[in-house]
Amino acid sequence: MPEYEAVIGLEVHVQLKTASKMFTDAPTGFGQPPNSLTNAVVMGLPGTLPVLNKGAIEQAIKFGLIFGSEIPEVFQWDRKNYFYPDSPKNYQLTQMDAPVCVGGEVEIELAGPSRNQAGEHKVIHLDHAHLEEDVGKLTHFTKDSLVDYNRAGTPLLEIVTKPDLHSAEEAVALLQSIRMHLMSAGVSDCDMEKGQMRCDANVSVRPKGQEALNPRAEMKNLNSITGVKNAISYEIKRQTRVYEKGGTVAQETRRWDADAGHTSSMRSKEEAHDYRYFPDPDLLPVHFPRDRIEELQAELPEGVFDLQRRYEKDFGLPYTLTSVICYDHELAAYFEEAMTDYGKNPKALANYVANELQRERSQAEGDGYLPMESVRLKPDALARMVRLIDEGKLTKQLAKDVLVQMFLSGQEAQSVMDEKGIKVEEQDAGELEQWCRDAVAGNAIAAQQVRDGNDKAINSFIGPVMKASRGKANPQAVREVLLKIIQEG
Amino acid sequence: MAMEPQSILQASAFDLGKALHKGETTSREICSAFLDRVEAVDDRVGAFLSIDPEKVLSAADASDARRAAGEELSPLDGLPVGIKDVIAIEGESLTCASRILEQFKSPYTGMVGNKLLAAGLIPFGRLNMDEFAMGSSTENSAFKKTGNPWNSDHAPGGSSGGSAAAVAARQCPWSLGSDTGGSIRQPAAFCGVVGLKPTYGRVSRFGLVAFASSLDQIGPMGRSVEDVAALLDVISGHDPMDSTSWAGELEPASVQLHMPHEPGTLGLPREYFGKGIDPEVREHLDKVIEAYEGLGYTIKEISLPHTELAVPTYYIIATAEASSNLSRYDGVRYTHRSEKAADAVDLYYQSRGEGFGAEVKRRVILGSYVLSSGYYDAYYKRAQQVRTLIRDDFLKAFKEVDAILTPTTPTPAFRIGEKINDPISMYLADIFTISVNLAGLPGLSMPCGLSSKGLPIGFQLIGQPFAEGALLQTGLAYESRHPFTAEPEL
Amino acid sequence: MQERPEVDIDKLAMLARIQLTEEEKAAYGSQLADILGFFQKLQEVDVTGIRPMAHPFEAEAPLREDVAGTPWAPGRSLSNAPASREDQVVVPKVVEDA
Repeated sequence: MPEYEAVIGLEVHVQLKTASKMFTDAPTGFGQPPNSLTNAVVMGLPGTLPVLNKGAIEQAIKFGLIFGSEIPEVFQWDRKNYFYPDSPKNYQLTQMDAPVCVGGEVEIELAGPSRNQAGEHKVIHLDHAHLEEDVGKLTHFTKDSLVDYNRAGTPLLEIVTKPDLHSAEEAVALLQSIRMHLMSAGVSDCDMEKGQMRCDANVSVRPKGQEALNPRAEMKNLNSITGVKNAISYEIKRQTRVYEKGGTVAQETRRWDADAGHTSSMRSKEEAHDYRYFPDPDLLPVHFPRDRIEELQAELPEGVFDLQRRYEKDFGLPYTLTSVICYDHELAAYFEEAMTDYGKNPKALANYVANELQRERSQAEGDGYLPMESVRLKPDALARMVRLIDEGKLTKQLAKDVLVQMFLSGQEAQSVMDEKGIKVEEQDAGELEQWCRDAVAGNAIAAQQVRDGNDKAINSFIGPVMKASRGKANPQAVREVLLKIIQEG
Repeated sequence: MAMEPQSILQASAFDLGKALHKGETTSREICSAFLDRVEAVDDRVGAFLSIDPEKVLSAADASDARRAAGEELSPLDGLPVGIKDVIAIEGESLTCASRILEQFKSPYTGMVGNKLLAAGLIPFGRLNMDEFAMGSSTENSAFKKTGNPWNSDHAPGGSSGGSAAAVAARQCPWSLGSDTGGSIRQPAAFCGVVGLKPTYGRVSRFGLVAFASSLDQIGPMGRSVEDVAALLDVISGHDPMDSTSWAGELEPASVQLHMPHEPGTLGLPREYFGKGIDPEVREHLDKVIEAYEGLGYTIKEISLPHTELAVPTYYIIATAEASSNLSRYDGVRYTHRSEKAADAVDLYYQSRGEGFGAEVKRRVILGSYVLSSGYYDAYYKRAQQVRTLIRDDFLKAFKEVDAILTPTTPTPAFRIGEKINDPISMYLADIFTISVNLAGLPGLSMPCGLSSKGLPIGFQLIGQPFAEGALLQTGLAYESRHPFTAEPEL
Repeated sequence: MQERPEVDIDKLAMLARIQLTEEEKAAYGSQLADILGFFQKLQEVDVTGIRPMAHPFEAEAPLREDVAGTPWAPGRSLSNAPASREDQVVVPKVVEDA
């Protein structure tokens, strides 16, 4: 029996982050009262006309610049004609012939052997990305449906990949990579729960080695990462089983039923759609200024994986830290600011950001993380705290409590220390030496290991000494005294 | 020193403005005179779909108060303007003479409406038209027939038949129409008034219910070139809400109208003077040509070789765009909703089936055909290519001539019912006007006499892009020497 | 002799979402075929290399700065709605299709 491989292409819809809608100045937003983000244009009233939102075009261009798409000289707008109650004009303005982004590559990272280890990286090719407008929202009841047009007209970028993906995991990794990059550049919030990122998947299966593509199933509106993963996995298995039994797969649209965990055919009553695309006579083509594109390029943040590689190379940060900091643009920005402030000890800073800060944010929020804008512990204050530790004025052990207080109150480390009377004093040399001798005497094996050249073994003495000093000893001084005593012994 | 109602009805808008300025009359007097006239004759003309006398008079009083306080908004403040029921003004109907919008009250005012109001002009009723501006006789109105004021058995033309008839019948001093393929010029010619289709982009389309977006323009209709120029200036200008609106400088037409001007060269396209023209129309055109020669104009025969392709090109483009533009009338958000609908999909079929008249259905279906998969290249795309050829014909001609002189229509007003069941023959009634829309040029129709049956005959002047001032000057040169003074008997 | 194209009036009525009576179908079907025949004239023109003209003048679409304006109150947006509830438009049950 031949081995089969899946061929997957995704169409990812991303709501662009803008203040106003694609073709009118009505505000964008989520969770607002029904039909409160509308106006004559949104409602498609007779006599209304579209006017392009420059901000939305720039966001779309940024997408292209992030992923290396070509930005063509001319963009054009076409009408896609179909009737649906959530579509106010019963045509959608979209880009059929001259999209804003052509081609491009998305670097993805597959899951590694463990959470602490990097996974394989791959490049997925894009076909194009085009701008269009979102539709309203239908709520279905037993007897009727209600329509809210708040979402209608929200700028939407449809990203179409080449059939470059071969597993559900790759599809998920692609979504995650797009999401991380777009959030980092402020292009979209990509919150799938808010419908800001939605995904259609085209899945087909063919015997390995076969060049031609088999008929594909199109799965619409996969609205969560789990949905994408499960639907694609299910569909690959289903199609493979059909072929193994000698059957054929129909080219069709299938619905993913998350509760039942399977896909089923959507038999449309209508004939095949005929969208009757034609250039929108209300909108002239646009030649977007090239110098503005260069400006946008210059303003873009570093790519997520590039940043990760740089942190690993320049700062020697381990994957466990970079995978937390670099994959979250807010943490990356926070770290970057602290680092710019202090300029030293990136590892310590990264540790505090990835571990302590995240833990406190998580505890503060209960469900998820306290939003970054509400975090009172500012990066420069964190930087100054790490400086105090490095200068021996604060110990790591004491810093734990200090940081909690800083997080809660927004105070400086020094002010917390003053308030709590924390002071790392110059130790009485005799007292410190006595603690150290006691510690070394209590663990002869470790002492021998140190003498044998195992530097790390010294750490097993530092704890007891710090404890004896109630955390007030200067760890650097403790280390020096310990070494002296051990080498003497 | 009040003006007699009869002299108010006879005066041009321009003269009424002057009388207001001099304190010889008031807006209330003017509006009352026209309201009385509507009351007296509109049951025979049928130009108005609706009019609210109280609203008009209260606007007139407000204008008079402004003038008394020395705060008039413009020299035209207080003059009533008839409005084709396709131009959005908040609180007014916007039926487009269609059942599907019968109950619609516009919740907003478009750019032209705003400009009218900003100048202190008073919206004066909603004028009848062919449904969604599709037609050449106003017979496609879902609500009423409009008779030609010169002979009510004849059509007033269309689609702005109500706008033309109301001015001809002195029910308002001037009016606004819209022109997609001749819908201002053809009824102007049929009713013996002056009508101008401006250059595409000169007047904002925001607030004009779209028929064919790349062809539609709002334009003025009136009794004199001067009036038409003044109303054009009120409604012209760039609008950021209309992305096809022209952003360049515009010379006010009414200023240019009275500037010194040398008689130029008028082109006579031979394709417009061939067979199919009524001999009386031809005769009148010959007199117009003679008149221009007498005024010192040079007459030159030219060729617009792709003219015979204009009608099919126009109907492909116009129906394609219309089929999409009219999709929004669906029974969901603001239109007529069928009681019969079983579900949301059925709602569309039933509401549109009940709400649209025969010609609209025909054109929407035709437009759906020419855009449908497999036919797009052969029809719509090819029509857009031929459109380029048609425009290039004009641009080439304008290297030799300053304006182009043609008949507005092949015949005087045809009888109501004569063409209604023969779409192609109805479409051919627009043969001289539609090329102008395809090329986006300004076109002016002027009355030049009456046929032996007493029906008006018009001629058309086609100008260069955005050269309305020069075009109107050419019209004024004729009008000054050969004023059209005949009046319909009502 | 000009070709008289085939017209599938049912399919067109479906695309246009217009309910037609049998009489209307018969009348429009035949009229459309005539009109399309009349359009055939265009097929004889050589349009090689001619750019399709979507707009009369070569101009650019203006771009609006991304600044939110004041939206309408829901009541104004729904002022002509044939049926509404809770500030939303009511439609008969939507039978889901692809």
